[in-house]
Amino acid sequence: MSADAALAGRLAPPRHWRAWRDGLFGSPGNALITLACVVLLAWALPPLLRWAVLDAAWTGSADACRAAGGACWAFIGEKLRYILFGLYEPDRHWRPATALVLLLGFAVLAGLPRFWRPGMVPAGAAALGGAVLLLAGLPGGEPVPTDRWGGLPLTLLLAFAGMTGAFPLAVLLALGRRSGMGVVRLACVMVIEVLRGVPLIAVLYVATLLVPLMLPAGVSLDKLLRAQLAIILFVSAYMAEIVRAGLQAVPNGQYEAAKALGLGYWGTMRLVVLPQALRTVIPSLVTLGIGIFQDTTLIVVIGLFDVLNTARSSAADPQWIGFYDEAFGFAALLYLGFSVAASRYSLWLERRLTTTA
Amino acid sequence: MRSSIKGLLFAGLLGAASLGLAVPAAAGPTLDAIKARGVIKVGVGTAPGFFSPDSNGRWQGFFVDIGRALAIAVFNDPEKVQFVSASPQQRLPALQSGEFDILLSAVTQTAVRSSKLGFHFGPVVFYDGQGLLVPKKLGVNKGSELNGATVCVQTGTTGELNIADFFRQNKATFKPVVIEETAEFRKAFTSGRCDVLTQDASDLAIARTQLPSPNDYVLLPERISKEPLAPAIRYGDDQWLEIVNWVVYATIQAEEFGITQANADEFLKSDNPSIRRFLGVDPVIGEAFKLDPKVFHTIVKTLGNYGEIFERHIGKATPVGFERGYNQPWTKGGLLYSPPFR
Repeated sequence: MSADAALAGRLAPPRHWRAWRDGLFGSPGNALITLACVVLLAWALPPLLRWAVLDAAWTGSADACRAAGGACWAFIGEKLRYILFGLYEPDRHWRPATALVLLLGFAVLAGLPRFWRPGMVPAGAAALGGAVLLLAGLPGGEPVPTDRWGGLPLTLLLAFAGMTGAFPLAVLLALGRRSGMGVVRLACVMVIEVLRGVPLIAVLYVATLLVPLMLPAGVSLDKLLRAQLAIILFVSAYMAEIVRAGLQAVPNGQYEAAKALGLGYWGTMRLVVLPQALRTVIPSLVTLGIGIFQDTTLIVVIGLFDVLNTARSSAADPQWIGFYDEAFGFAALLYLGFSVAASRYSLWLERRLTTTA
Repeated sequence: MRSSIKGLLFAGLLGAASLGLAVPAAAGPTLDAIKARGVIKVGVGTAPGFFSPDSNGRWQGFFVDIGRALAIAVFNDPEKVQFVSASPQQRLPALQSGEFDILLSAVTQTAVRSSKLGFHFGPVVFYDGQGLLVPKKLGVNKGSELNGATVCVQTGTTGELNIADFFRQNKATFKPVVIEETAEFRKAFTSGRCDVLTQDASDLAIARTQLPSPNDYVLLPERISKEPLAPAIRYGDDQWLEIVNWVVYATIQAEEFGITQANADEFLKSDNPSIRRFLGVDPVIGEAFKLDPKVFHTIVKTLGNYGEIFERHIGKATPVGFERGYNQPWTKGGLLYSPPFR
């Protein structure tokens, strides 16, 4: 928007209905698209509404649900705790619930620029560590093996630990890829390209099936830990490329100025280059985070119960057999909620960073 | 090409596994590991009635109870078992890599799996096979009456070949409707595009419960292919294999004797020497296995005999509603047959 237009807009705010009319029917093309959308909604919405609201059963047993003919939200009510917390023992659900609050709380704080200071790194580690301890049943309780962890806390743990664990690794890989030392550069290029060249599912399979065979006899690594390490490695390769883009965006003058001030390599990077480089790529990092959050659903192939898998398996209970539409619908809403929140946040952040930069 | 890569992968897994198994051990590596760990790890799938977590996140199902019976045999405690979910694609490699001690996830016993892939199978716990689901109003009682029927079958499955063989054997004709999507498959049937739905019978039994009015449909009793589902373990631990064998046999034998969860204690007073040996009143069998002499009594008392486990999870009274079919003791015309407990 030009300055004049912005000024005009402020002086005479456009009447709302006019803005709508111009947006929806401003040109023949727009009018056509609007009409098509209206037809599509008219076709899709009434049956959906009838299924999801009018004919839906909100309470009662599975038989009552089947008789109602619509969606069975009583099923979600019955299975809510299972979908959210998986195989965790019901009378200790406060543990995963607290872990969930801890993880979400940290995510919200870490998203606010006013908290972006060095103290956040130990705080983040503390939040993740606290969540892990809570899930593990410690302190002061019977330990809970990781195969009973599940649901939303597991999904968030995998995504958050994946992002935070990958971050230092990604910075090192990105710096290495731009390094003047041939061996280091070659090694970093190889790691990045190999990891970006294989699908996450393959990395997970290797971590689950082949790593135990490669370990020396008597040594065993927990399956969840192996999966988590695989996700961290995988994410770090993608993140490294984003960080590299940020590094390349920093003008050469900045490097030269830092050198002129007498800073060494690490000083230059830590004090001058990285702060600018990372600031530029924050929106890309958030996008990557949303992607990783959704990619964690792949752990279903190695038998872990993330929130999508708990939703799916909840419809395999013989007492509540076959309510897959409701189960997947609920999981979709959960993921939609998180992803929309994250993308709105990303937009807000982008605006804020451009105004303060 | 694909199979050779698969073969290589398995050879690699097998080689690596045999290195791991080379440690000298008293009872066998798997059983030793189980005892050291204090819990049996059992690989399971997800299917209603066979294995699924309930609303409290506790595993329930037909195969799950067999896992609990094993825990009673080894630890005298049905809770000393940890169920690990395994998808059909990775369950056999996962068993090979040692992620669990036994796979109880409805695996069909086949020659290649027992030889090239390196797995031992316990006794068949469930005789499955391809079945035929028809509407009741068709008035058909067996498959051979289906001459000229339209049959819905899923593409890319052995079901497609089996059904063609079946009609050829019966010198009958049929019209196949080949469908790819599972959801569409069921819809084609309810909308009347085909008279018959064919798939593994256990899948059909579950599909039937999800039709708009399940009681208007009937699963015909005959099976047109063989799908014996059996527990699978890795090569290299004979004693563990024998425990698996005889725990499964015990549930079958208990049903043959008529011993149930309710009357297990009364049978302790029986004069029948076979029953006295079986229940451990005469401790000779428990001693031979180096297990608690009363182990089979505890299993039946805690979980019931084969028939009770079957009826509780997948039988007529459950939503899955499965007929016993071949899964009856041989004395009632089924295929379940236990060697003698002596």
